[in-house]
Amino acid sequence: MSDTPAIHAHQFDDPVQQHEASWLGMWVFLATEVMFFGGMFLGYMFYRSAYPQGFASASDRLDIWLGTINTAVLICSSFTMALAVRAGQIGQNRLVMIFLCLTIVLGTLFLGIKFTEYYQKFEERLVPGNDFRFEGALVSSAEIFFSFYFAMTGMHAVHMIIGVSLLTALIVKTSRGRFSATYNTPIELVGLYWHFVDIVWIFLFPLLYLVGRHLG
Amino acid sequence: MNDSVPERRVHYLNVSYGLKSWLLTTDHKRIAWLYLVSVTFFFFIGGLFATLIRIELLTPQGDLVQAETYNKLFTMHGVTMIFFFLIPSIPAVLGNFLIPLMIGARDLAFPRLNLASWYLYIIGGLFTLVAAAAGGVDTGWTFYTPYSSIYSNTHVALTVVGIFVTGFSSILTGLNFVVTVHTMRAPGMGWFRLPLFVWSHYATSIIFILGTPVIAITLTLVALERLFRLGIFNPELGGDPLLFQHLFWFYSHPAVYIMILPAMGVISELITCFSRKRIFGYGFVAFSSLAIAVLGFLVWGHHMFVSGQSVYAGLIFSVLSMLVAIPSAIKVFNWTATLYKGSISYDAPMLYALGFIGLFTIGGLTGLFLAALGVDVHVHDTYFVIAHFHYIMVGSSVMAYLGGIHFWWPKMTGRRYPEVLARLAALIIFLGFNLTFFPQFVLGYLGMPRRYHVYPPEFQVLNVLSTAGASILAVGYVLPLIYLIWSLRYSPVAGMNPWKARGLEWQTPSPPPTDNFEVTPVVVQEAYAYDVLDEPEVIYAPEKAAHV
Repeated sequence: MSDTPAIHAHQFDDPVQQHEASWLGMWVFLATEVMFFGGMFLGYMFYRSAYPQGFASASDRLDIWLGTINTAVLICSSFTMALAVRAGQIGQNRLVMIFLCLTIVLGTLFLGIKFTEYYQKFEERLVPGNDFRFEGALVSSAEIFFSFYFAMTGMHAVHMIIGVSLLTALIVKTSRGRFSATYNTPIELVGLYWHFVDIVWIFLFPLLYLVGRHLG
Repeated sequence: MNDSVPERRVHYLNVSYGLKSWLLTTDHKRIAWLYLVSVTFFFFIGGLFATLIRIELLTPQGDLVQAETYNKLFTMHGVTMIFFFLIPSIPAVLGNFLIPLMIGARDLAFPRLNLASWYLYIIGGLFTLVAAAAGGVDTGWTFYTPYSSIYSNTHVALTVVGIFVTGFSSILTGLNFVVTVHTMRAPGMGWFRLPLFVWSHYATSIIFILGTPVIAITLTLVALERLFRLGIFNPELGGDPLLFQHLFWFYSHPAVYIMILPAMGVISELITCFSRKRIFGYGFVAFSSLAIAVLGFLVWGHHMFVSGQSVYAGLIFSVLSMLVAIPSAIKVFNWTATLYKGSISYDAPMLYALGFIGLFTIGGLTGLFLAALGVDVHVHDTYFVIAHFHYIMVGSSVMAYLGGIHFWWPKMTGRRYPEVLARLAALIIFLGFNLTFFPQFVLGYLGMPRRYHVYPPEFQVLNVLSTAGASILAVGYVLPLIYLIWSLRYSPVAGMNPWKARGLEWQTPSPPPTDNFEVTPVVVQEAYAYDVLDEPEVIYAPEKAAHV
């Protein structure tokens, strides 16, 4: 072992091996996340085919405009994240900071809109439990729909909050000059995570908001 | 020079001292010790619950505990033993210690994540202990809805949060193993030179990674249902409790293979070392681990034959379940073929390994009874099922765990264990185990249902036999606890390779230095080169060592 400052952790032979390991680790982690959300998607699919009418009419109570805007916001945040990763690869730390900040702003905007929606649902008594109110005969399956709505978007929001904190940590590290064109793995990995969380939303949006649209 | 003191060699145990150096360590070998101490603790907690169960079942009347308390006892026994002992036991203790040593790495790929996994395990364990101390849970370890989500008045939410957190410890351990095996192998350590222990842990890690998240989300939904009144499994709204069972067993059946696959890996190492023969059919043994992991994901429905699942689904699950017997049998046959004309010695680890083969065969074959749809309808939820899975989990997994602990004890501590006592303990455990659980096959076949604290008087003789066996078993489990602790101080020093084994982990001093190897080894031979009569100097060539 030489006493020059190591740029890779002691268990690795060289930075290439370290990068490979981190990269694989993140992908494996995302595989676990797919299974994690997969459980809820399976349940959703099962009930959607069991109670198509209830799901369609409950879905009508979601605010399609807020949902659409949020989808756009999230796609933009993925774009800024991709730019941050690229800036990291060419060692432009100032640009990294700017794009990470933009990503945080967009992510927070998404969360803000999401909580506005939650608040509306709370006002409209669409939160499952004893206070749940839904006119018509489909009240039970509508309650199941809203159980999924809150469980799935809630779990997604938790992942967004984790993502925003990771981005904040990255900004602190970037400002301390930890990253360069040769070492920027954490930016890439958080980027992967952020895109994954976005993709989950890309599935959630049509499944939750667009259920009955084609019926007119 | 009679006053010369041998120079003290620095190794991972004496490199630093104090509680902090252990609680903040990132050395995989020290983390293995943290796990060893904590899983042993949970093993004896779970054993305490089992003791109370067996004492209650000594007589047909319910004279020790009430029905409600009994429900809590078997639930806490199951939860503790499965989630806090069996699942982490071999992977987190032996796997953690050995995988980097076996593949010639300095540590796992993510040492800090490894430590974080242990903390998650402890936090989850604390949640469960608090739930137990506050009055326990009575749903059974399976948490079936709607009882768990609506009706039970016990600490379900606290317990499932504990299991959720501990689940992440498993996920991260699995992730760490997979990445380590993929990226950290020493030069020359090709995939088909990997010890079978590593192969079986790789297969286990796949289940950790793909299965555990599903139980995490499922239990989260149960907790949300209890805490926030979501209605996903609530039949009053049209929710389907069977959906819970599907999701639960999608993880929990593969979890059975989490408990047995690492044990199979240990057995492959023990059998080859103590019969001084190359493993018979290396490729078959390696791939049968992967086959078990994959098939394990396709058979969960055999837990639901009488739950209201469709008959056709039942038929298919029945056939698929029987397929698991193929890779399992491949392993048993290959181990037996390895023994054939081997030069067998009966050291304590080998006694455990031979016990494993017998008990696993009984457990596996009775598993086929249960996989057969028609038979299962009769013995479902009887003591036959209890006996079957205890043959797999206690008879096989715990035997393998103890065999592995004895085998690698010299490597972990640098000291031998007392051989005579160890052989005695292995025999006591084997006898005690069979006396405990074999009568339960008969009880189940005669129709005694599981999870009741009273039973008809004609079942008493067999229950007394079982309780007597459990007392013997308890002696067998306490013995190693005592003499292994004793051996830390008083046993003779082991030396680098007391078994003259061929694995890479035996080619470094005992206990190993913090970085495992003084130089990165270049592997020139597989771990089972017992056909060479003379012990080779090393199976790696330090002179060719990669520059560090």
